Amino acid sequence: MKHIFEKSVPGRTGVDAGAVGAGAAGLMDPRFMRKSDSRLPEVSELDVMRHYIRLSQLNFSVDTHFYPLGSCTMKYNPKVNEAVSAMPGFAGVHPLMAYIGEEHVQGCLELIYNLSSILAEITGMKGVTTQPYAGAHGELTGILLMAAYHKSKGNDKKYVIVPDEAHGTNPASAAMGGYTVISIPVDRDGGMDVDLFREKMNDEVAGVMLTLPNTLGVFHRGICDIVEIARKHDAILYNDGANLNAILGKARPGDIGFDIVHMNLHKTFSTPHGGGGPGAGVVAVSDRLVDFLPVPTVARTQQGLYRLDFGHEKSIGPMSSFFGNFGVLVRAAVYIMMLGREGLIDVSEKAVLNANYIRVKLKEYFDLAVDRTCMHECVFSAKRQVQKSGVHAIDIAKALIERGFHPPTIYFPLVVDEALMIEPTETESKETIDGFIEAMIEIAKLSETDPARVKNAPNNTPVSRPDETRAARELKLTCNS
Amino acid sequence: MARFTPHTDQDVREMLEDIGVDSVEKLFADIPKNLRPRSFDLPAGRSENETVSEFHKMARRNRTDLVSFLGGGYYDHFIPAAVDTVSSRSEFFTAYTPYQPEASQGTLRAIFEYQTMIAGIAGLDYANASLYDGGTALYEAIAMAVRTNNRKKVIIDAGVNPLFKRIVRTYVINIDVDIVEVDLKDIHTDAEKMESHLDENTAALVVQNPNFFGIVADYEKLFEEARAIGIVSILVFYPLSLGVVKTPGEMKADIAVGEGQSLGLPLSFGGPYLGLMAVEKKFVRKMPGRIVGETVDRAGRKSFVLTLQAREQHIRREKATSNICSNQALCALRAVVYLSLMGKEGFRNTALLCMERAQRLKDELKKIPGVRVPEGQTFNEFTAVLPVKAADFVERMFAAGFAAGLPTSVFYRDRENHLIIAVTEKRSIQEIDDFAAAARKVLS
Repeated sequence: MKHIFEKSVPGRTGVDAGAVGAGAAGLMDPRFMRKSDSRLPEVSELDVMRHYIRLSQLNFSVDTHFYPLGSCTMKYNPKVNEAVSAMPGFAGVHPLMAYIGEEHVQGCLELIYNLSSILAEITGMKGVTTQPYAGAHGELTGILLMAAYHKSKGNDKKYVIVPDEAHGTNPASAAMGGYTVISIPVDRDGGMDVDLFREKMNDEVAGVMLTLPNTLGVFHRGICDIVEIARKHDAILYNDGANLNAILGKARPGDIGFDIVHMNLHKTFSTPHGGGGPGAGVVAVSDRLVDFLPVPTVARTQQGLYRLDFGHEKSIGPMSSFFGNFGVLVRAAVYIMMLGREGLIDVSEKAVLNANYIRVKLKEYFDLAVDRTCMHECVFSAKRQVQKSGVHAIDIAKALIERGFHPPTIYFPLVVDEALMIEPTETESKETIDGFIEAMIEIAKLSETDPARVKNAPNNTPVSRPDETRAARELKLTCNS
Repeated sequence: MARFTPHTDQDVREMLEDIGVDSVEKLFADIPKNLRPRSFDLPAGRSENETVSEFHKMARRNRTDLVSFLGGGYYDHFIPAAVDTVSSRSEFFTAYTPYQPEASQGTLRAIFEYQTMIAGIAGLDYANASLYDGGTALYEAIAMAVRTNNRKKVIIDAGVNPLFKRIVRTYVINIDVDIVEVDLKDIHTDAEKMESHLDENTAALVVQNPNFFGIVADYEKLFEEARAIGIVSILVFYPLSLGVVKTPGEMKADIAVGEGQSLGLPLSFGGPYLGLMAVEKKFVRKMPGRIVGETVDRAGRKSFVLTLQAREQHIRREKATSNICSNQALCALRAVVYLSLMGKEGFRNTALLCMERAQRLKDELKKIPGVRVPEGQTFNEFTAVLPVKAADFVERMFAAGFAAGLPTSVFYRDRENHLIIAVTEKRSIQEIDDFAAAARKVLS
């Protein structure tokens, strides 16, 4: 398939921008003007449509394929979310209107205010910021909140503890916030090793970042001890809420003792992931961190008016230009209103049911990372396949693609050799999951009888396995380089 | 209540039986009793129909009838319908980050073309696959500069978008970077003062073109001086202006960052937007964020993958160039479709139209007694100094049906009568003339 640039014909255009006056170009001093070519393609609107619609057809997506990508919660995204976020009363509003005439944007402010309250209730927290654009951005927000809290007490702390099963963003965010990371291994149960944690813990530890349930898909049994130990040293407990989909109405980070939690609205609350974003990494905090939240926040006056509040003098300052990815907030708010209390509880119950069903159906064929009831995802290892026939997790992933399934997350968590991390989500039916299980079993068997076929998959996709080493060595990052 | 779980009672029974437990609740047995929710007080669910109607009511509490001259880095540009059609393709918007290239060539190729076009309009070598927004992109550029030359001081022109500057200040609070802000001369960059601050401890220099007040300048000479002493030059750009304005590449900036909202994204009350970043060749391996590269598959066919992943958090953890994971991929898709539709001619003409319409309003406002428009080259946004407080003027213009612009007092304490006015190609001649007439009335 050609690039859009290869379809370019000089003089062709996809839009009529409008009639430009003869003197327009003369309005600017040539010194300040562009002289070089903009290097844009010259194509018709139909060329553009054919090109990008055909490109879209090269993708797997939730609307076309089962997509059990662990840690990513690829649930169905209700289409009404899109319809509401596109309403002119939301999509057409300039954010600076909130600064120059908040009475004209009461609907947007109300939406942010209401969603914040609901997310505070869901997490058992006191204050919320919608500013973070993504999970990792929420983490950085949390780290900066942590730092501001300790600074306000006159404490200069240096470390952040992260278990080694954590998402890579956790240590990266801690480092970006100026902290040195202490990594703690998991124990045989799949939770952070509490004895080692106790040993490493000291008064210079600013915070502890935990994913709950964690990336091995288990609810951490040692959590109560961890909370107690961290509190003793005045360390802030951060909850990476990437896996919140497992515990809606079953446990709340605030009740457990966390001070900060970020939620990935693009996971738990059904906003589409867009091929890599935009997401929303809303952060909720406990009492003791409310004053440090990013400004502005949205407040409600006694008269029922919504206004921007810049009042917190201890605030860490803004994390984003305005209120975060507002369009994503709208989608999540729609989803939450539709499901309501019972619907959200149902989400977690069915997500956990689906994951455990896969766990028991596949454990005979693949080694479980931790052999116990899982939450919303189950993690297998392909080490049995590697030993027997040299078939790796990546080969299994590619064989799944050949069979029309998006693969699970592979090689993560890093603490599991040859990891296959499967998160079916609650929106998948038993039939779909049975189909996936069947494909996994077939691949497991094929790995023994004809490993080469697995290692050569996929053969029915637009491209077979690309040479990634070559891509990094002979950098070609633009169509014309 | 709308539900998206397809399980029948029989499905649940059969699945539980296979799992070997007698209730779903048993699957949550690992959560101790004392950690169960103290409350989960949420409203009952509603049907899709009821939900839409609730949100419709909320949306109506936002005014959409105002004719907008409000900018400040975020603009009401026209978006061709084809942009929405492509970006609402399920295959694009319900996919994840393209970790599995064989199942994601669509996203990967589109992003590859996006990188090409962003580099092309900026006149630089490479671009990444997107960052969150203009402000966070500026922080990432500064962090890159600091990583490159291991210096600590960062000189920022006061004409850089104050929203961006605030984000940068939040981010650096706990790390060893000193931000030095250089005051403007009226509304112009004080190039001499900027130069006087450059020294061998300076990591980076940041300017914006056009600046927050709308002033267009040429920073080539300043960048040249910076380069001579190892300082990284960062230019904050407004992508649509590059249809006519001298590019970051032509000025020899090292890193160019910008807010990509003007490339086919709705204003949407502040997001999702698009952080643009383009760099000179030698910085590519220090760049944060996803990058798509071309390679070949086993049959030698052209194919695309996420590349240089050794910079990223999922591999490098605390040593990564950034913590970014999710970016703004769908917004980048909108931008690439928008730029493809525009093409060379549409891109230039749209920019010219913006400039022409802004000039018309500028000329009209100048005729109003007491209104002063400071000297200086502008693109589609300019600053007018009014005989009254700009905030009061804006208030009265609301009543006339206009969002009249941004009073600089929102961000700068000492400029109460300054109003920043933006004009896009969407504003008709009639609207511009009506605005001028309304302004005259309000100011008389």
